[in-house]
Amino acid sequence: MTLLQVSQLTKKFGGFTALDGVNLTVNKGEIYGFIGPNGAGKSTTIRVLLGLLKSTSGTAKIFGLDAWEDAVEIHKKIAYVPGDVNLWPNLTGGEVIDLFLKMRGVTVDSARKEKLIKQFDFDPTKKCRTYSKGNRQKVALIAAFAADADLYILDEPTSGLDPLMERVFQSCVLEAKEAGSSVLLSSHILSEVERLCDRVAIIREGQIIESGSLAELRHLTRIQLSVETKRAIDDIASVKGVHDLEAKENAYTFQVDGESLGEVIRYVSDFGVKKLESAPPTLEDLFMRHYEGTQSEGGK
Amino acid sequence: MAKQSSYQTALLFRFFSKREALKITTWIVSIVVVTLMVALALSGLFQNDQERQAIAETMRNPAMSALVGQGYGLDNYTDGAMLAHQMLLMTAVVVAIMNILLVVGLTRADEEDGQLEMIRALPVGRLAQTNAALLVMVATNVVLTLITAISLASLGIESIDWHGSLLYGVVLGITGIVFGVFTLLAAQLSDNARGTKMLAFAVLGVSFMIRAIGDAGNELLSWFSPLGILLGTEVYVNNYWWPIAVSVILAIIIGFVALRLQQTRDIGAGLIRQKPGKKEASRFLQTPIGLSLRLQRTPLIAWLIGMFLIGASYGSVLGDLEGFFAENEMMVELIGAVEGVSMTEQFLSMLMVVMAIMGTIPALMSLLRIRGEEKKERTEHIIARPISRMKLLMTYLAIAIITSTVMLLTAVVGLAGAGLALLDVEVSFSTLLQAMLAYLPAVWIMLGLATVLFGFAPKFTSWIWFYLIYSFFVVYLGELLEMPDWLVNLTPYAHIPELPVESLNWSSLSLITIIALGLYAMGLFGYRRRDVEG
Repeated sequence: MTLLQVSQLTKKFGGFTALDGVNLTVNKGEIYGFIGPNGAGKSTTIRVLLGLLKSTSGTAKIFGLDAWEDAVEIHKKIAYVPGDVNLWPNLTGGEVIDLFLKMRGVTVDSARKEKLIKQFDFDPTKKCRTYSKGNRQKVALIAAFAADADLYILDEPTSGLDPLMERVFQSCVLEAKEAGSSVLLSSHILSEVERLCDRVAIIREGQIIESGSLAELRHLTRIQLSVETKRAIDDIASVKGVHDLEAKENAYTFQVDGESLGEVIRYVSDFGVKKLESAPPTLEDLFMRHYEGTQSEGGK
Repeated sequence: MAKQSSYQTALLFRFFSKREALKITTWIVSIVVVTLMVALALSGLFQNDQERQAIAETMRNPAMSALVGQGYGLDNYTDGAMLAHQMLLMTAVVVAIMNILLVVGLTRADEEDGQLEMIRALPVGRLAQTNAALLVMVATNVVLTLITAISLASLGIESIDWHGSLLYGVVLGITGIVFGVFTLLAAQLSDNARGTKMLAFAVLGVSFMIRAIGDAGNELLSWFSPLGILLGTEVYVNNYWWPIAVSVILAIIIGFVALRLQQTRDIGAGLIRQKPGKKEASRFLQTPIGLSLRLQRTPLIAWLIGMFLIGASYGSVLGDLEGFFAENEMMVELIGAVEGVSMTEQFLSMLMVVMAIMGTIPALMSLLRIRGEEKKERTEHIIARPISRMKLLMTYLAIAIITSTVMLLTAVVGLAGAGLALLDVEVSFSTLLQAMLAYLPAVWIMLGLATVLFGFAPKFTSWIWFYLIYSFFVVYLGELLEMPDWLVNLTPYAHIPELPVESLNWSSLSLITIIALGLYAMGLFGYRRRDVEG
């Protein structure tokens, strides 16, 4: 079942096109990763989804409702955490959490709230002006996860958290998934997206350039191989499908196109393989591959 | 139209009210207390009709009209007429300022800082924040109206009756509402809090100017200013209600337009687009003094213009002063008559201290910016580089000292430019200049105290404003309210020789300057050894 559907979404700010025909679907019970460099349009997309920005053309629907027209109805069933959390300096963190929960109109399970406060190691009695970026983010995270939501929209929610807290965050997201909720997670931390997300979309200059499950994306790309042989491999660089070769004595590391893998293995095996390691491409590899290609075209 | 755009307005209203309660209460209490004190002082000062009538005659001149509004009921100048004529406009301006600050704080400021984004991602209507801010603003003005009306009427002064007092309060309240909705509109046009504030203050300033020019001569013009319209109520004399009706309609129209704009625009956007800025920093900007001057360029220019206008507007009333004072007992009391000196000269020395205090405001603001920068954790970027705290604070101090000098100079040039030709007493420009600049050491003491607060108790730096308000209060109203000398002497401004009435006293001026320097040294010492507090 589709919870969130964006089709042909375009957003212009004056003459600048921030989003150019973005398509995106998030299904019930899935964690959807949304990645891309600064200024690619992640936050703009999310702000359109929240009804904070009005789309220039195209549609953005959540729960089948229009993101701009039915913002209030939609927001009753979602929770949002921005990357940059600003709070009222003279209220305490605890007060803000309660205020946000009250505004969501949900019944607060105070045991759950207490548990989260404890898990995040958060002191809710301090005034917001004294909190660091990470602590302000905890306020938004606790307010988001202290009550059930059908959809969590998280825009770089861990940019200020330490690795320990990031783990707490990840367990919160997985719990939400187990409870049947969906999550749209925009992030720069690719390992986090890799660990959590069922599907991923990559956005660049306002356009989605790749989307699908991680397995699908990996299929499109190369595999990292490192080989050690008894004899030097003749002329491996010229074998079809081999890229980025690094050779040191009889040890080689290179990338192989998915479809040429069989051939390359056959070729290499003639030279007396001592060690063979293969690794799936990381999301980082995927990401870099998309950007390296485009930088030479698009960069000035 | 989006659905449920006002959803959760009530909740936000309660939240905002709680958040602003202390600030609003302080404003309302101050406004009402000052109004009551002046009402009592006026009725105590003039015991009979003849005395009041004498004042009324002095009000029949364009300069007075420009300052306080057109005279009305001058043929029967009762306590009530006097109060409304001399205080209503000024109080209305203060109420307008309160509302501008209140509305900016509740709307564009929260939007700029990002709190609104958090709220709007919750099930809260698109207009809920604006609605709630409007409601808080209106409620504030209603409370102000009622308290003013009830407390004025219960003073039991004959001509300050229930009907007039109610209208007096309503004029203040409606002024607040009109400028509150203007601010709301400004918040749609500009995409940041500072721009919004400046736009709203510009509307207030222009309203005041149009009314001043209109009241001084061209009466038709006054009806084009919200302030002019509201003064048309002629409180305590004719008690017209129709200007209230006109203003309410105006407020509703502007409020409606603002809400419409709010409803359809993107969050964070304003109708006035930002121009792209410079790509590289100029050489000047790359120095601490250049950076600091650049950051306060706009307010400093605005204050320069303001000081010139203040000087010029005082200058323009200098003509025919002797005749004016011969009959104006209150002004004489305000100034505190000295035998053997012309009233004009005494009035001039009074003007000097008032302008000196006004000129202190931009100088203090310029100095206190260092505290603002510290609070926003931006000084860290500078002192983390090879620039010492001493140097940073000295830079700000130097700019503030120069600011104070330039501001006073500008004011006295404005005064002389507009006033010297009109004077019927022989006063030279150099006398005026000396009289004005003699107040610089007092301003420097204020800067010194601010530096000491900043150095030792940074959280309380802004308390210097209370001291400035106190100073203004005692030098302006000290004589009128017959305050004891020691209360008056608590302010540095009281220790400056009042030229041209008194003669220049170099030794006391030097002493005050030395004390100021000592305060700077103390503040620098404190700043060097304390923690930087974000």
